[in-house]
Amino acid sequence: MKHVKTLNTQTLTNTMKKGGCGECQTSCQSACKTSCTVGNQTCEQKK
Amino acid sequence: MIHQYQNNGYSIVLDVNSGAVHVVDELCYAAIAQLAAGEEPDLAALEKPETLEKLQAALGDRYESGQIREAWEDIKELTREGRLFTRDVFEPMIDQVKQRKTVVKALCLHIAHDCNLACKYCFAEEGEYHGRRALMSYEVGKKALDFLIASSGNRRNLEVDFFGGEPLMNWQVVKDLVAYGRQQEKLHDKHFRFTVTTNGVLLNDEIQEFINQEMDNVVLSLDGRREVNDAMRPFRNGKGSYDLIVPKFQKLADSRNQERYYVRGTFTRNNLDFSNDVLHFADLGFKQMSIEPVVGDESDPYAIREEDIPKICEEYDRLAKLMIEREREGEGFNFFHFMIDLEGGPCVSKRLSGCGSGTEYLAVTPWGDLYPCHQFVGREEFLMGNVDEGITHPEIADEFRGCSVYSKEKCRSCFAKFYCSGGCMANAYNFHGTIHEAYDIGCEMQRKRVECAIMMKAALADASDEA
Repeated sequence: MKHVKTLNTQTLTNTMKKGGCGECQTSCQSACKTSCTVGNQTCEQKK
Repeated sequence: MIHQYQNNGYSIVLDVNSGAVHVVDELCYAAIAQLAAGEEPDLAALEKPETLEKLQAALGDRYESGQIREAWEDIKELTREGRLFTRDVFEPMIDQVKQRKTVVKALCLHIAHDCNLACKYCFAEEGEYHGRRALMSYEVGKKALDFLIASSGNRRNLEVDFFGGEPLMNWQVVKDLVAYGRQQEKLHDKHFRFTVTTNGVLLNDEIQEFINQEMDNVVLSLDGRREVNDAMRPFRNGKGSYDLIVPKFQKLADSRNQERYYVRGTFTRNNLDFSNDVLHFADLGFKQMSIEPVVGDESDPYAIREEDIPKICEEYDRLAKLMIEREREGEGFNFFHFMIDLEGGPCVSKRLSGCGSGTEYLAVTPWGDLYPCHQFVGREEFLMGNVDEGITHPEIADEFRGCSVYSKEKCRSCFAKFYCSGGCMANAYNFHGTIHEAYDIGCEMQRKRVECAIMMKAALADASDEA
């Protein structure tokens, strides 16, 4: 594509198939404690 | 649903429902804006020749016809691949998410409702949480770990954060509970990930060694520059804490090879130039850091106000640019709120279920009461049970389970909804008296942070292309 550079190949829709194992970290246990930061957590299956 | 914005010379299009992020040129940016005006088009509408004619009419004065056609082709291709103008296919899943059987996988153990600092913004009220000073006993802590193991179903990784007040004021119990956890995890095929959040006052070599041996993560509380930190984080006698704490934190961070820790601060309206505090951390040698907006009552003089938002957004922009520079100079560092993993981030199920408070994550008081999270401790209407009887108010868990980006009207139209998952429920409750709302000032800051984090990905992708 000449006009677009896409930064990621994975899509949220793809994660519907295998997601939901629940093994990932709880967001407030990482650093925040005062704000919700789900989007910057890492998927346990992709570690 | 798409979100378009320009930042630091990059034109970015986020396709909200797929999570795809596109860096586009000015022509394509204008074309997408033209197409998205009103109702977003589907592929059939995009492919109609009159769509191209409309684009030619709207953009023909600025761009050549052949280029407009090329951009149109690109836009159609992205849409065909499910990376642009994607429809929301997740909302029908929300009933499943609400009805899902949850297990408890994380506890915030309030090991000490007491503190040796008197931070002015402390939501724990110098450790007391609307209650009395108390230290958790080993017996209560053991019951909490037993409760966690018994409530965790098939979940193997269990998280326990030693929190306070100041947990180092009850250190022997922390050590004993870690030993108990290590013994129990073998018996039950579980793995405990222990973490600790400390102000560092009592940190010494022995404690450091134990932390490095046993703690998956350690959060080190410090606000940044000496004058900023000492204004808000004094000892009870009013003396500042910076000089005592900073060398200990530097030593600890180095001893962990600058990994698996965060030096974490709070900014208030007294230091809206907080990017300088982040840089101060970096100049002190820290590589993992977080500085977060204060949570407080609107009447607090240091609380963030609506009128502070433009300045805060400028600060995030400044910080993002400085971080790109430092990264290019080989002096990069992580800022927690700009961390975003566009490829390996959480699955959609996680994004729909939110932070897990009240369901997967609970806080335990020193006397063993259970609350939805550390920020709800002391609010009696949220008392969920205790470590002896377990959950005695399942209706509270049900309410938290039912809270999602689809239960909050403001979230539905927000581009950041799959990054914050509806935001902090404690903040929502503090400002609106219900968890099914959004803390508006927090939302504005969150949106800005997501924009900056994505822009940084674009800039760093550029740098790697050049290399």
